[in-house]
Amino acid sequence: MKITEKEVRYVAGLANLALTDAEVAKFQSDLNGILEHMDRLNEIDTTGVEPMAQVLFGAGETATLRDDVVVPPLGNDAALANAPQPGAGYFKVPQVIER
Amino acid sequence: MHIPSLTIDAVRDGLLARRFSAAELAAEALGFAEAENAKTNAYLHFSPDRALATARRVDEQIARGEEIGPLAGVPVAVKDVVVTKGVRTTCGSKLLANYVPPYDATAVVRIEQAGGMVIGKTNCDEFAMGSSNENSAFGPVRNPVAPDRVPGGSSGGSAVAVAQGTAVVALGSDTGGSVRQPASFCGVVGVTPTYGRVSRYGLTAFASSLDHIGPFGRSVKDVATVLGVIAGRDPCDATSAEAPVPHYAALLDGNVKGLKLGLPREYLNGLTSETGALIHRGVESFRRLGCEVREISLPATDYAIACYYIIATAEASSNLARYDGVRYTLRSRHAETLADMYRNTRGEGFGAECKRRIMLGTYVLSAGYYDAYYLKAQRVRALIARDFAKAFQEVDAIVAPVSPFPAFRLGEKIDDPIAMYLSDIYTITGSLAGIPCMSVPCGATAEGLPVGMQILTGHFAETTMFRLADAFERTQREKGD
Repeated sequence: MKITEKEVRYVAGLANLALTDAEVAKFQSDLNGILEHMDRLNEIDTTGVEPMAQVLFGAGETATLRDDVVVPPLGNDAALANAPQPGAGYFKVPQVIER
Repeated sequence: MHIPSLTIDAVRDGLLARRFSAAELAAEALGFAEAENAKTNAYLHFSPDRALATARRVDEQIARGEEIGPLAGVPVAVKDVVVTKGVRTTCGSKLLANYVPPYDATAVVRIEQAGGMVIGKTNCDEFAMGSSNENSAFGPVRNPVAPDRVPGGSSGGSAVAVAQGTAVVALGSDTGGSVRQPASFCGVVGVTPTYGRVSRYGLTAFASSLDHIGPFGRSVKDVATVLGVIAGRDPCDATSAEAPVPHYAALLDGNVKGLKLGLPREYLNGLTSETGALIHRGVESFRRLGCEVREISLPATDYAIACYYIIATAEASSNLARYDGVRYTLRSRHAETLADMYRNTRGEGFGAECKRRIMLGTYVLSAGYYDAYYLKAQRVRALIARDFAKAFQEVDAIVAPVSPFPAFRLGEKIDDPIAMYLSDIYTITGSLAGIPCMSVPCGATAEGLPVGMQILTGHFAETTMFRLADAFERTQREKGD
């Protein structure tokens, strides 16, 4: 067993994901199978190999930044148009801080 | 006009000869697509207003005798992970069922500037996570060749739109094979360009270091034309490349004599006998075209699936964190506290595969496992990229299968995530290396199921890839496949 039920619930907590008991059981079994397959990475020697975080083609081509020019933003109405609960020009959420 | 057999050139000729107007073509294409959709569920929604607005602009240009764009009047389908201003973009997810983006993806802007008419948004696996299109919250897509079979995924709807002929070309997205595999399963051409060749601005993020937008078409020339339109630097995507964009479609002359091709031995073991035979027949066609084919080795291939599903899920778990009930339409009714709002919105909104990948990605990034999984996978990714770089010192291109098998049956693999993940074995390597790769039809099984041949080249060597694919396509046409 690579991952226990307790760990599945812990990881779901980290991911802010509500899971049913049935999902916890299913994912425990799925993740065990997948992680077992991933263990084969231990067979390959990566000593001295730099981790590859991004496909880069040399600084000239991709590491370029656009000119720092102000362009019109999306605007408040457009930004809020998909909000489940907009209000007073903001995204509203349940109360966070107790008075 | 016969919509299912239209090409970009045929549309252009018809418009300029005034055999039809762009507005007439848009209306007819939309009607045809809506009627055909009952068979396959390829489209999630249509965008007649946008298509007709573009059509009117093209018709006005023609009336004034102005030059028209390279995609003028061409019906285009767009995968529903690519945002379209004012047109619902669901990503195949219940979470975004009512999301109407406030802006357009750069690729869509460029398609429309070139005169392409966006007729609708296509079905896909939820957030592009899947290899069968069965993970869509809006029902699976059926393969038009065999309706009890999957079209492949995740860009299944776009592949089917082109295969059925409701669109001349389509946009998909590819993170580990999501354009090439459905192209192969549906018998159309599909391209994953070099990472950064096409702007990702407006492509809903799945795994940012692996995500690509790529075109589908019924001919190599058509996909080459579309890539020429959408490629190029975009100030809105810092990873988009400055490299100049060649006029790909104009460089296809059928002459590939003397090019050196590599056939990786690690890609030939797990094939079904029919797929294997078709790939070998394809390799023979290249030999007859005057290419020199030699066997090569890409030794890190065996580790690609494990490497990919660590990196892709890690990035996905971060990218999907934004769907938390605050900004994107869906919020759980059970949201008494902020924490409940997050957990319940995500628990109710995401489908099983997204949850599985969020869990896996969160796990491999969590304290104590980061080095063993994520960092290790990034090192293996470097080895996979190194294998390709070494191979391209010897050969101009690599030819390989796209998938070990043709389209499988609906439901066949959906309960076995590892079997589903393993079906990506031959497409994932190119994605990890960020090199251009494409699927071109190379025949069909006795049952009539299409099989695709994959062609891969070095970074930004799309021209060589297209030239080979085009020459190969000509041999297939001669065979009458």
